[in-house]
Amino acid sequence: MGNMLPLYVAIPLGTAFVLPLLGKSKRLERLCDVVAVVASTALLALVLTSLFEGGSATYWMGKWSETSIIGISLVCDGLTRLLLVTVNLVSFLAIIFSVSYMKKYRSKGLYYCLFFVMIAGMNGVVLSGDMFNLYVFLEIAAVASYALVAFGCESEELEASFKYLILGSVGSTFVLFGVGILYNVTGTLNMAQIAQAVSGKANNAVLMAASFFFMGFGLKAAMVPFHAWLPDAHPSAPAPISAMLSGVLIKALGVYALCRVFFNVLGMSAPFATVLMTLGVGSMVVGVLLAVGQWDFKRLLAYHSISQMGYVVLALGVGGEMLVKGNSALAGLAIFGGLFHLFNHAAFKSLLFLCSGAAEHGTGTRQLKELGGLMHRMPVTSACCRVAALSISGVPPFNGFWSKLIIIIAVVQAGHYALAAVTVAVSFLTLVSFVKVQRYVIQGELRSALSSIREVPVLMCCAMVLLAIICLTAGVAVPVLRDVLLEPARNVLLNGIEYAVVAMGG
Amino acid sequence: MIHGVLPYVLATILLGVGIYAITCKKNVIKIIIGVIVTEYAVNMFLILIGYRSGGIAPVLTRAMDKSEFINQSVDPIPQALILTSIVIGLGIVALMVAIAIRLYEKYGTFDISEIRKLRG
Repeated sequence: MGNMLPLYVAIPLGTAFVLPLLGKSKRLERLCDVVAVVASTALLALVLTSLFEGGSATYWMGKWSETSIIGISLVCDGLTRLLLVTVNLVSFLAIIFSVSYMKKYRSKGLYYCLFFVMIAGMNGVVLSGDMFNLYVFLEIAAVASYALVAFGCESEELEASFKYLILGSVGSTFVLFGVGILYNVTGTLNMAQIAQAVSGKANNAVLMAASFFFMGFGLKAAMVPFHAWLPDAHPSAPAPISAMLSGVLIKALGVYALCRVFFNVLGMSAPFATVLMTLGVGSMVVGVLLAVGQWDFKRLLAYHSISQMGYVVLALGVGGEMLVKGNSALAGLAIFGGLFHLFNHAAFKSLLFLCSGAAEHGTGTRQLKELGGLMHRMPVTSACCRVAALSISGVPPFNGFWSKLIIIIAVVQAGHYALAAVTVAVSFLTLVSFVKVQRYVIQGELRSALSSIREVPVLMCCAMVLLAIICLTAGVAVPVLRDVLLEPARNVLLNGIEYAVVAMGG
Repeated sequence: MIHGVLPYVLATILLGVGIYAITCKKNVIKIIIGVIVTEYAVNMFLILIGYRSGGIAPVLTRAMDKSEFINQSVDPIPQALILTSIVIGLGIVALMVAIAIRLYEKYGTFDISEIRKLRG
């Protein structure tokens, strides 16, 4: 198992190298789709087989001795596995969707190349057991995503990409500053050794590093007040990329990194938990308030991403607070809810972005006021869009309901009644704004301008239907998901800096 | 190594200069230069934490005594980190400049306050 870990980075990087070469030749260009689908299937199969083995594993790059401080390690534990499943599942479906959707763009080879570099970066971020390596993989994923946002090369896309690029690289710089401070304090870059060195000794330098990590990863996760780039960048990308950016990139680069650093490396403390809760509540409220008034389908979805990630971070903050107070049962519940919502958001938000892409593919517009009556002509897209909208607004029995319910129960039991009320209100506003989407996109009379539209190609339908099935089964089969994915991930965060023992063993 | 607060102060000042350029300047090229300044602030911080006044290069030859070498050499790890971060910075700057050129082709200006088709 441990020896397989480098493959998560090597397969996508190797594929990314081959694809542009294939794209050079007119005859071989068709092979691009095949290679991309095969490679992402291989990654998904690799992740799913590792699920059956369970446990945790460590791989030392280049077989550097485990006691030296120079070696770079890849660590796969429960939390990593949850993120690996999410990343590779969504990217597999997004690639299937791209096969038909990207026909209207030229240079498919380059598109897939950037796509796979992004996957390699995200897999690397979640696997890395070394602070500096985390930064390097974060930059790999981020640079690929900057280029993908600008892929269409229209003026809006370039503008969004430039904004994203500036804010993203400032965020990365903050992260590197934090890593440098931690190296200065502890003399090592390995996460486990840093955890052992700083545990219980929160001096000023560590606090400074923590504040840089909050700003850096907060920018990557688009937490309010660092959210300004997201509503421009996510809608500007091609639809499968929007699904990847909103579905997994902000999670792998932002929320996962926040969790790993603050729970497992620096160790949770009361001020950190308060900051996480503040960021979470701010994102939840501001995101949904900005979303309600939007008339651009994809921009509306992008604002909801901010709001839904607020739920996750709020739950993690409440969990952290309870962990500091010693109430580990309640902390477990809150963290469980947060991680479950993270997985669910990946499923329904990527489905929504794929649906918006399908609607745009069929009709040529994504303005809500110009759409309407899609249920008559695009039944599959409409059905999938409806499933995703019900999931995100938290209607039982879809997955979003259960994770929101668990988060709200945890927040109430933690004694934050006002926060619980805010959470419910935000959920209600989400419902309102998705009723608007249903009303303007799916229901109603078909406009005369849209009378010639047809259902999207079968591969795009396949990707959407699979995601819709995931949304439904994740709501029904919570116990299975809990045992296989979520509890191991939760236990990693609950154990806090005990992570060090696991990561240095194996 | 300098164990004092000097590297922190210097790097934070330089970082502040970079952030000022990014937030307050209107010209796209000046914003890019601001990003470069923030990157170099962190690079300078890294090189300063590995520095030791009068230190020797971290290369162990046969003639040297090991414990004496450890006492005299500078820390090699920050140098390796900076090398990596300079290369990453180069990639980012290249991408930023490429996008800035495309922006100029589309909008005919480098003024960021005129490059705003996106709202919200």
